[in-house]
Amino acid sequence: MARPLSGLARHEARWAYVFLLPWLIGLVVFQAGPMVASFVLSLTDYDLISRPKFAGLGNYAAMLEDPKVGRAIGNTAFYTVLHLPLALVISLLLALMLNRVTGRAAGFFRTVFYLPSMTPYVAVGVLFLFLLNGQAGLVNQFLGLFGVDGPQWTTDPAWVKPGIVLMSLWNLGSTTIILFAALRNVPHDLYEAAMIDGAGPWQRFRSVTLPMISSALFFVVIINTIAALQMFDQVYTMFFGNQTAQHSYGDSALFYVVYLFQQGFQFLHMGYASALAWLLFAIIGIITIVQVKVGNRFVYYEAEPPGGTR
Amino acid sequence: MTATAGRTLPERAGVAARMREAARDDRPGTAGTRRAFFLVMLSAAAAVFLYPFVWLVVASLKPRDRTFADPFLPWPHPFAPENYANVWDAAPMLAWLFNTVVVGVMAALTVTVSSAFVAFGFAYFRFPGRGVLFGSVLATMMLPAAVTLVPTYLIWNSVGLTGTQVPLWAGNLFGSAFYIFLLRQFFLGIPRYVFEAARVDGASYLDLFWRIALPLGRPALIIAFVFELKASWFDLMKPLIYLQDPALFTLPRGLKAVVDQFYQGGDPKWEIVLAASVITTLPLVVVFFAGQRYFVQGIATTGQKG
Repeated sequence: MARPLSGLARHEARWAYVFLLPWLIGLVVFQAGPMVASFVLSLTDYDLISRPKFAGLGNYAAMLEDPKVGRAIGNTAFYTVLHLPLALVISLLLALMLNRVTGRAAGFFRTVFYLPSMTPYVAVGVLFLFLLNGQAGLVNQFLGLFGVDGPQWTTDPAWVKPGIVLMSLWNLGSTTIILFAALRNVPHDLYEAAMIDGAGPWQRFRSVTLPMISSALFFVVIINTIAALQMFDQVYTMFFGNQTAQHSYGDSALFYVVYLFQQGFQFLHMGYASALAWLLFAIIGIITIVQVKVGNRFVYYEAEPPGGTR
Repeated sequence: MTATAGRTLPERAGVAARMREAARDDRPGTAGTRRAFFLVMLSAAAAVFLYPFVWLVVASLKPRDRTFADPFLPWPHPFAPENYANVWDAAPMLAWLFNTVVVGVMAALTVTVSSAFVAFGFAYFRFPGRGVLFGSVLATMMLPAAVTLVPTYLIWNSVGLTGTQVPLWAGNLFGSAFYIFLLRQFFLGIPRYVFEAARVDGASYLDLFWRIALPLGRPALIIAFVFELKASWFDLMKPLIYLQDPALFTLPRGLKAVVDQFYQGGDPKWEIVLAASVITTLPLVVVFFAGQRYFVQGIATTGQKG
């Protein structure tokens, strides 16, 4: 940087910034600016009508007192902890099976598995309101075939979140596609070498497949965690926004971003909502850092990461 | 061959036996049965994933009092196609469909062009600060949308655009990290001499972008376009925040209003809710089949969540 730029290089650099200009504006106006503004707002009381009043750490103190914040964190954590391993295992099983049939059949099934991911989340929420209906929904009628008396998925507070997890497992398309792509990148001769060394199917999976797809697995864990912590559309569709409906399920479906949305845009507690947003930011940041630290111990990177373009 | 050369005879015999065993895995009979086994398993899984769709479409074509009846019958009986005539009267679905297409195309078009523009800047030029600035692109991918929700609303509010559809897409004018990343990777794959040759022929930098990078980047541009179209078509949060007038609603926001009105409460009209859900979903499924390979490629390379 200390080196002075030649005339041509300076000309090039000027043009480079022309091309980068949209990004730079967006970065300031829609990313960095709002991030800082969000923090400043979190130190105020602001209802959109009167001027913001400085409140110091009042909003953060109020969050500690607010039982709904605890409920929202608990619900979101419950969902994430249940959703993540189930989603990973099922996607991995599907991807492994796809990898065994390959060819046109694999393409066909991949399409089928991705299709639910093309259903807008609101429609997914609506569909599962019907499917999970306690009296007559498809899920309970199916369980009934085996003599199981299914729970009240949409009204019993104890079963609302398991029902949401079940719904989330219908949307495994992208995760399956990523893992399938990673599996196809595992060099075949590694398996041949492992077989020559006498490795059985489980050992080959343990010592060849898992290490070779570990970076994809790691990536999928991070992406799915961040998405799960920000769950909103489906849950809001199913359980919120309808003032007239009876809420027998109480706060059992109050996810974190749902609560943030309510505080910000229904109660117009803009300062409080901003404080909630910063807590979420901190939680996501810490979890991601921990995952990266732990992940780096297990993830096997080749000279170039598998998938290259990531 | 060289690997076995230094071994003793019994060791070599052992290796040979294992290789025979390994080869047996590839014998047509065994492989054929295994493949058949996995095909059956996959078909079972496919049935589980597809059946909710079947149920949705079938139930949307049945009279209201039969919505929950015969859930395993894969065709509508009795058949009630009039649900699809009634849904247009119950809710302004056509206007919502139109709004969704307009907002979706605006969102996808603006984000694709602006991201490509920025991506070309990162891919072609060498300039001071490139590493740091590209780092800022990657960093914003980690920024949860919820953090900027309130201030972004205040920005649109201060320029008087809340209550319009503009905030649903105009943020895309400034590019989006995922697509900048994807398109930059793609542009980096174009051999540099192609650009240099055009430069020698007197092409400007804008020409390089417009006449070389964009046409050659077509597959990546389509990926960005279809993903953003899908994201916009999915979006519930922004319409909830920015739109009050039902005439401006997009399909997800409209469908939410339909559920609130007709699912619970005194006068449930389940068949309307279901038909509206099908109408909300169907166009995207068609887009998916038309652009399938772009979706698959896009997910496999960028790991888009969705």
